[in-house]
Amino acid sequence: MLKEGQVRIPSGCAISGFINRNGERRSGADIVTSISYMKERSNGLGGGFAGYGIYPEYADKYAFHVFYDDEATRKVGDDFISEHFEVVDCSTIPVREHPGIGKAPLIWRYFVDCRTSKLKSNQLDEREYVAQCVTSINHNIDGAYVFSSGKNMGVFKAVGYPEDVGEYYKLEEYKGHCWTAHGRYPTNTPGWWGGAHPFAMLDYTIVHNGEISSYAVNRNFVEMHGYHCDLLTDTEAITYIFDYLNRKLGMKLEDAAKVIASPFWSEIESSAKYTEKERGILRYIRANFPSLLVTGPFSIMLGFEGGFMALNDRLKLRSMVYAEKDDTVYVASEECAIRAICPDIDGVLSPRGGEPIIVRLNK
Amino acid sequence: MSYEINGAGVHYKEVNERIKATGDSDIFIKNACGHRYLGAGTSGKNITIDGIPGNALGAYLNGSRIVVNGNAQDAVADTMNSGEIVIHGNCGDTTGYGMRSGNVFIKGNVGYRVGIHMKEYREHRPVIVIGGKAGDFLGEYQAGGIILLLGLDTPSDVSPVGGFPATGMHGGKIFIRSEAKFEGLPSQIVLSDATDADKELFAPFVRKYTEYFGGNADEILSSHFYTLTPNSSNPYKQFYCQN
Repeated sequence: MLKEGQVRIPSGCAISGFINRNGERRSGADIVTSISYMKERSNGLGGGFAGYGIYPEYADKYAFHVFYDDEATRKVGDDFISEHFEVVDCSTIPVREHPGIGKAPLIWRYFVDCRTSKLKSNQLDEREYVAQCVTSINHNIDGAYVFSSGKNMGVFKAVGYPEDVGEYYKLEEYKGHCWTAHGRYPTNTPGWWGGAHPFAMLDYTIVHNGEISSYAVNRNFVEMHGYHCDLLTDTEAITYIFDYLNRKLGMKLEDAAKVIASPFWSEIESSAKYTEKERGILRYIRANFPSLLVTGPFSIMLGFEGGFMALNDRLKLRSMVYAEKDDTVYVASEECAIRAICPDIDGVLSPRGGEPIIVRLNK
Repeated sequence: MSYEINGAGVHYKEVNERIKATGDSDIFIKNACGHRYLGAGTSGKNITIDGIPGNALGAYLNGSRIVVNGNAQDAVADTMNSGEIVIHGNCGDTTGYGMRSGNVFIKGNVGYRVGIHMKEYREHRPVIVIGGKAGDFLGEYQAGGIILLLGLDTPSDVSPVGGFPATGMHGGKIFIRSEAKFEGLPSQIVLSDATDADKELFAPFVRKYTEYFGGNADEILSSHFYTLTPNSSNPYKQFYCQN
């Protein structure tokens, strides 16, 4: 298959998501309805969803969703997973035949615990161990892609329009307190199953509308820190950047947003909107993480355990609006996608470029 | 009686075909939800919309009048040629993108890059009137026409305009009702206090705004306004090359 760099398809994208602050769960059918109102923004070459709180029966297990090219690859993947994890449950992910979805890879789901002996001998923190195993499978087993690897959450994606992908995966049968969705209109890369959004690492998922002109710089940086950009589309790098900054370095998401969408030096040095202390923090961020500045147009949604974040590039070259009603916060590329599932929202707001909207579950 | 179109479950292409096909000039569209290009290119129609119209509402509008009883999305009045668009709510990014003539009245706020590359030619002078505040890059690359930002809900010491206004502006005028200090203006732009002549120029549009949305025009006009204009006939001389 031809991937990023081997072929160019000159050609937008749609994102939508919502989260209930109280952790109340809603059917996946709602997010499918929402994204379907922005069909014009996709072209059928990729759609996907991330749902949080969807596996309460296995809430403390890591849920791996895996694509395998064929049965032989599945055996290799199975062996690797069994060697490194205790598999509590394993089956194919239920799908329904759909005219809008073409030839599918094998799609498997594993609920796993880390093998205690392996954890001890590796002297790794549990999440780091899982991240390394996922990276290893994606990098070393040709034709196997772990595309979801968090607890009590899952990614569902395919080549097709997102509403078809949602029906294909029977998302109406899942309930989550937070959902994000993506409709793809690939600009530089072909549509393939692994290249559909969201991109996930542990519980971090990213859906992205836009294209990253700093991809090579960002990729070089994350690859120096143990990640491999094997899915070869730009968005993947953003997922690893958040995993690196938030999980590995322990940086607050508010600050991570400033790394990715830094204010301009001219603003940092002269704008009246910053205090001296804030200037200091921004100078520190820009000086220390220049390789993680993401340039080019983007609107993204980051899902994570306990919340979500929406962020625009600093020039706001992609549209994004948000609204809140009854403790649920909605974010979408277009207002219609919010009104489609919540017609009586009162006010719709637009975040400024580089200004993150971060919503966390009430404890 | 107006011709009614229910947008629920109907693709925008069909809605637009019905708008063009009907002999009625008064058209009411209900349940709009993301329908793109509504009224695009039409003349002589009087279109009222309930719900949320999709992107590029009234693109290439050629004389029709469109009223939206709520918010509108991005790129309202894209390359609009003539007519009037009245939005009883907020608008998204790039409202008035490349607008050539006609008027757009927005009750509330607008997003980024509003009035980007508006232009004018002789009597064809586009006007965008914004009641609330604006996002960054207001009037980016503006080549002509008038942008009138009223900032009605903004306290007088806070600027209703976002960052980097008038970047690349080389024609037309931006009027901003505010007393707050300005920041981030490019050196090619002259900031001045609006003169009586300026106010005479935009007063009719303020009066229209209050006619549509309420408010006291005289009170608004008695406030302080800034005028933004490019600082010479060729402000970008030697900006890119030795010319």
